[in-house]
Amino acid sequence: MSKDYEVVIGLEVHAELKTESKIFCSCSTAFGAEPNTQVCPVCSGFPGMLPVLNEKAVECAIKTGLALRCEVAEYCKFDRKNYFYPDLPKAYQISQYDLPICIGGYLDIDVEGEKTRVGITRAHLEEDAGKLVHQGDITTTPFSLVDLNRSGVPLLEIVSEPDMRSALQARAYMEKLRSILLFADVSDCKMEEGSLRCDANVSVRPWGQQELGTRAEIKNLNSFRALERAIEYEAKRQMEALEDGELIVQETRTWDEGKGVTRSMRSKEEAHDYRYFPEPDLPPLHIDQDWIDTVRKSMPEMPDQAGQRLMDQYGLSLYDADLITQSPQILKFFDETLALYADAKAVSNWMMGDLTRLLNQNGMEIQDAKVKPALLAEMLQLMADGTISGKMAKTVFEEMFVSGQDPQTIIKEKGLVQISDTDSLLPLIDEIINSNPKVLQDYKNGKEKAFGFFIGQIMKATKGQANPEMVNNLLKERLNRE
Amino acid sequence: MELHQLTIHELQELLSRKETSALEITQSIFTRIHAVDDQVRAFITLTEEEALANAREIDKQGEYGRIAGIPLGVKDIFCTRGVKTTCASRILENFVPTYDSTAAGRLFAEKGILAGKLNMDEFAMGSSTEQSAFFPTCNPWNLSRVPGGSSGGSAAAVAADEVPFALGTDTGGSIRQPASFCGVVGLKPTYGRVSRWGVIAYASSLDQVGTFAKDVRDCALVMNIISGKDPLDSTCVDLPVPDYSASLDGNVKGMKIAYPREYFQPGIDSHVQDAIKKALLKYEEMGAVVDEVSLPHSEYALPAYYLVATAEASANLARYDGVRYGLRDFEAANVIDMFSRSRAEGFGAEVKRRIMLGSYALSSGYYDAYYLKALKVRRLIADDFSKVFANFDLIVSPTAPTVAFNIGEQIGDPLTLYMNDILTVPINMAGLPAMSIPCGFHEGMPVGMQLIGPAFGESTLFKAAFAFEQNTDFHTFRPALEVK
Repeated sequence: MSKDYEVVIGLEVHAELKTESKIFCSCSTAFGAEPNTQVCPVCSGFPGMLPVLNEKAVECAIKTGLALRCEVAEYCKFDRKNYFYPDLPKAYQISQYDLPICIGGYLDIDVEGEKTRVGITRAHLEEDAGKLVHQGDITTTPFSLVDLNRSGVPLLEIVSEPDMRSALQARAYMEKLRSILLFADVSDCKMEEGSLRCDANVSVRPWGQQELGTRAEIKNLNSFRALERAIEYEAKRQMEALEDGELIVQETRTWDEGKGVTRSMRSKEEAHDYRYFPEPDLPPLHIDQDWIDTVRKSMPEMPDQAGQRLMDQYGLSLYDADLITQSPQILKFFDETLALYADAKAVSNWMMGDLTRLLNQNGMEIQDAKVKPALLAEMLQLMADGTISGKMAKTVFEEMFVSGQDPQTIIKEKGLVQISDTDSLLPLIDEIINSNPKVLQDYKNGKEKAFGFFIGQIMKATKGQANPEMVNNLLKERLNRE
Repeated sequence: MELHQLTIHELQELLSRKETSALEITQSIFTRIHAVDDQVRAFITLTEEEALANAREIDKQGEYGRIAGIPLGVKDIFCTRGVKTTCASRILENFVPTYDSTAAGRLFAEKGILAGKLNMDEFAMGSSTEQSAFFPTCNPWNLSRVPGGSSGGSAAAVAADEVPFALGTDTGGSIRQPASFCGVVGLKPTYGRVSRWGVIAYASSLDQVGTFAKDVRDCALVMNIISGKDPLDSTCVDLPVPDYSASLDGNVKGMKIAYPREYFQPGIDSHVQDAIKKALLKYEEMGAVVDEVSLPHSEYALPAYYLVATAEASANLARYDGVRYGLRDFEAANVIDMFSRSRAEGFGAEVKRRIMLGSYALSSGYYDAYYLKALKVRRLIADDFSKVFANFDLIVSPTAPTVAFNIGEQIGDPLTLYMNDILTVPINMAGLPAMSIPCGFHEGMPVGMQLIGPAFGESTLFKAAFAFEQNTDFHTFRPALEVK
């Protein structure tokens, strides 16, 4: 970004863990329910209520720790983080302060061929807060409503080392982390629903300087794109400030998606003193080696392993392998399609091309798509044996995506079958050449365009169903005989 | 004897012989309450109508279990479903829980009848019940004196024969000191013996539920019901509950009893010391072996307690913010203002003092010097006790430094008031069980003896307390209240 400065980035990611019930009570964690319908005296902070730790949340944390090559602590504890806010019913959040459940791991990213290992400092369990619903803008709302459905949903906060040096690397880290969490089956990772959230610590320093520059923490990064743009903006802002001889102040900033800028929220002096202390309502958590071993044995294939398998087994490029291992559902789709149709490159191209485009257009996940691996495999087979052309396949695929019908039916209903037999094509070619003597003359005079005209006429006459390759060959032969 | 004067086991016997009914007992209790509670002022809320209906229903079923058909009082810190639970605070003045605390709920499940909710120091912070936001409770033995605190209403109600037994909580002496002041039996069990679920928290690592009763037998009977594992309280220990009544054999032959020299210092009223020393002689007479020991870190217990307890309280009481329930200031200009004004109006002076102390002790830069140091002291205090219990079965001391003092005498001086807890606080810091039983009188006021046991050694306490009771008559005296 600048030849004079190096950007240093660390990320704090909050992943909502995929448990049926909340971390300290039995309320449901399902997203999207009517406000305050998934609450009880415990998660709404009523007098005399006590937390009881959800074992499944701990298991999710262990899984994540193993997937990120962390040490899973044999002994950890919970602490209270104290602050007043209307969405925090107890006025403290139960979190983990000095003894988190996971310590010291890493994940590997690859940006344009450059491999980087990003350290994981720690991951700790905590409870989510509720949310406030304002009437319009927070600064002008006449009142705010409190929805506590989310209060007490289990979160794992994953803190990285300041090992990233560009917005692209930060994005790659976030994408890799997401795919790991998805493969480990510990989080839905839906950024738009808030089940995966991210704060970025950004600083800059002159090249070669060892100590880190003063950092700003950026909040409200709700998408990969926001993360990338916010870091780009913030790094530039800090460099320009330094160039102008200003000092960077340690502060919390918020990303304004609309304006594309970061804005100061509060300085270090205004930061809360959270007065952490050990949570007396929960005994320290002992995790024995047996439990860790049991979880380790149940761990599914992780994205790096799967990607390596795709490259080794099918000769896919790292780029394609990364795309297919974005989520276990994508990989599953790929594996199932490949079991029925063995051309990996073709399967990968269709999945990453038309399928991804249609999914994005419709805001869908691959597991929700009507088009299934068997349908894609069948369509690819029909293409390979010449029943349909590549162009027809696109139409067939779009129709399969919408209706989930099998390609044979679609081909029949739309009359899309390719005409591939010489006996039907040759008379047609003769007829078109004979009825266009002027164009034939042009062709003989060396006008290349004339060839294209004949092709166009033949395709038109067959409503696009003629096998283009065959028409091409037959026409060439026929014209050469003139 | 009238019904309201009887113990649980006496009432239970009459019920099982069909010589009385739950309704008669309950009526007798409310007659007594109406006759004396204008003077004692033990109750914040009475549940007379529900209690009588409840009694009729129990009589209709005609089966009387351990406490079926017997009325009880509950400190207003225990959440009771459908019954106002104030914690003696303006901030919860109109709070009606939708749930029963586990301890009270277990008594209700055994068909114990709730007579009402008892007065206390606001959020259990105090040693005289003068810190109640509503009114002070008076000591039935002398209405110008305090009943102790914070469970003063519970102790006074039992002493005044307004209920046969009552639940209380003890964070630094809040059961034992009022039991001592009112001349009744009061037990604070081991931390983790009784569920804290549904009990409004003051200091979570110290709070423990216990009971007040007219004699040791009743105390054991109630403990049999409320003790034991509760899946809703992670600090409640999953250990089997012995039958405490089975330990009431009156035999202390060979029992090794220690008395710590630090608990018999000049700051402790000499008349109180004399009463305990006489009690120790009585134990020797009964065949126990008595010896002096040292608990060297005792003097640090009180300051350490006021750091740990207030630190936890500062977080526990933060939820009273006016957002979801309780008092809210509707004049506030914004949300921060609403928090501040609601809390300023809703909390009393002592509660505010402790919240500030605790917030300070946890603040960045002070944490290590105060809170962390206090935790280390706490460990040393626990170690002191462990060393003694390696060689002894029981520790005996005075429960409080004096007999009950006058209402208004100490209220202006928090530090003097805090000294009331000097002999009880170390036991909470160590998480041990301890009991106060009547062992004498001074100035016409009861003196309490504290029996301290090893963790989960409640049976030993019951055994020793019962033996003492069998050989003395202190527990048979009742205050003479004017009946209106």
